[in-house]
Amino acid sequence: MAHPPPRLRRPSRFGAAAVAGRLALCAAAGASTVAATPGDGIAEPLTTTAASAERGRALVANRQQSLCVLCHQVPLPEVRFQGDISTNLAGAGARWSAAQMRLRLVNPRALNPDSIMPAYFTTAPRSRVGVAWRDKPILDAQQIEDVIAWLQTLR
Amino acid sequence: MLLLLASGSMYAQNSPEMRRSGITYTSPGTQALQADDSQNPGMLWVRDGAQRWTIPSGDARKSCADCHGAIATMRGVAARYPAASPSSGSAASAAGRVITLSQQINRCRVEQQRAPAWPPEHADLLALESAIAFESRGLPMAPPAQPALSAAQTRGEALYRQRIGQVDLSCHDCHDRLAGKKLGGNTIPQGHVTGYPIYRLEWQAVGSLQRRMRGCMTAVRAEPYAWNAPELVDLEAWLAKRAAGMRIESPGVRP
Ligand code: HEC
Ligand code: HEC
Ligand code: HEC
Repeated sequence: MAHPPPRLRRPSRFGAAAVAGRLALCAAAGASTVAATPGDGIAEPLTTTAASAERGRALVANRQQSLCVLCHQVPLPEVRFQGDISTNLAGAGARWSAAQMRLRLVNPRALNPDSIMPAYFTTAPRSRVGVAWRDKPILDAQQIEDVIAWLQTLR
Repeated sequence: MLLLLASGSMYAQNSPEMRRSGITYTSPGTQALQADDSQNPGMLWVRDGAQRWTIPSGDARKSCADCHGAIATMRGVAARYPAASPSSGSAASAAGRVITLSQQINRCRVEQQRAPAWPPEHADLLALESAIAFESRGLPMAPPAQPALSAAQTRGEALYRQRIGQVDLSCHDCHDRLAGKKLGGNTIPQGHVTGYPIYRLEWQAVGSLQRRMRGCMTAVRAEPYAWNAPELVDLEAWLAKRAAGMRIESPGVRP
């Protein structure tokens, strides 16, 4: 019920972010500094309650819930079977601002429609979603904020 | 560098030379298990199926062998399924429709032996399919040129490229773009269908291609198509075309 935050359902905003986002991704690949391109993020947190890096860490470590470690290496040695589809999230806090991360979690496909990374906080229609998952984002607003809080500690 | 990798994987999906059986992505232990018939657990199903081939069944009291002769006459059959069903025989209900090997076996069971159809993944059905597939081991996958089959392949490819489930990924995303990468602890294979039915260590049993595909659908939090749904038959038809020319290795062993 509490899932879709109405103020974020503005496709135009994601559209504008797309081009700048691509530039930022290129910049990030070669540079160690944050590419703070305007429009390349979602500045406003999705919740008003405080985020918890501790909960975020537990979420990322939980492969069934967050799926992150299916594709990413994470600096959590106790988590086994980390995938290598994408980047190692170590240092992510130095690569991206919280606003940039928020956009990359909420809907990475706004930046790159072909992205393998799933959109974690969208209720856009998808095909054949299993009954248990129907009309639900992968993570809820608080969970997104918690994950961002933990990612920001990775520097 | 990234560009090179990207074009490399584009090449992989288009060029037959870059195609690799799923067995090549598995551990040396799994490869050894598949290579040695005295160790390959799938051979239990093959032997069981060869026995069932000769056992009379149904109201007709006929065995498969009564009509077809030795199971060796099935050489080459598995290599061309799915296919438009043969139109010979008395009951032509399914004639012209594209069916899988397992559906053809069931068709003989119902129409020829006059016995109740086996449900999906029934042990006898998997055993017979394993025995028939084994007869084609070493032969290239060879889907026939049939208009109905060609239409099924086209529909199957569209389904293969469609993103599905809450995770919103397509078969193509994983099996063409990410083959060889690790998804958690599992290496993503190219998804070629040369080993079916396979013995899967995770299942501790032999299972069908449909069971395998349904597993991938559940993994992306999609509602799997029902057993033998037209979509699954179309996907099988597309995957057979995609693997055309690759050699059959049934019974495959996979993690
Ligand atoms: C199905 C695979 C997949 C899953 C699951 C996934 N990602 Fe990603 N992620 C990617 C890919 C691929 C990229 C590269 C950018 C792109 O293609 O959009 C990426 C990029 C990123 C980036 C920016 C690159 C970097 O390392 O700085 C961050 C941050 C990130 N992901 C975090 C996460 C988090 C946190 C989760 C879990 C909540 C997650 N990802 C789940 C595939 C995935
Ligand atoms: C998120 C990535 C992903 C998606 C999407 C996916 N698969 Fe898979 N698939 C896998 C992995 C990983 C394996 C191997 C699993 C293992 O060995 O444990 C696999 C195995 C297979 C195999 C077995 C290949 C062999 O060597 O026996 C087939 C066939 C297959 N998938 C078909 C499909 C089809 C059809 C779809 C779309 C409906 C699909 N997959 C979607 C990841 C995926
Ligand atoms: C009474 C005779 C009869 C019996 C018994 C019988 N079949 Fe058949 N089978 C046929 C005929 C006739 C065809 C040709 C296509 C059709 O009408 O289905 C056929 C076709 C097939 C094919 C397809 C061959 C091809 O070249 O495409 C397979 C596979 C097959 N049967 C398997 C079996 C199995 C397995 C059994 C035992 C469970 C069995 N059949 C029992 C008569 C029989």
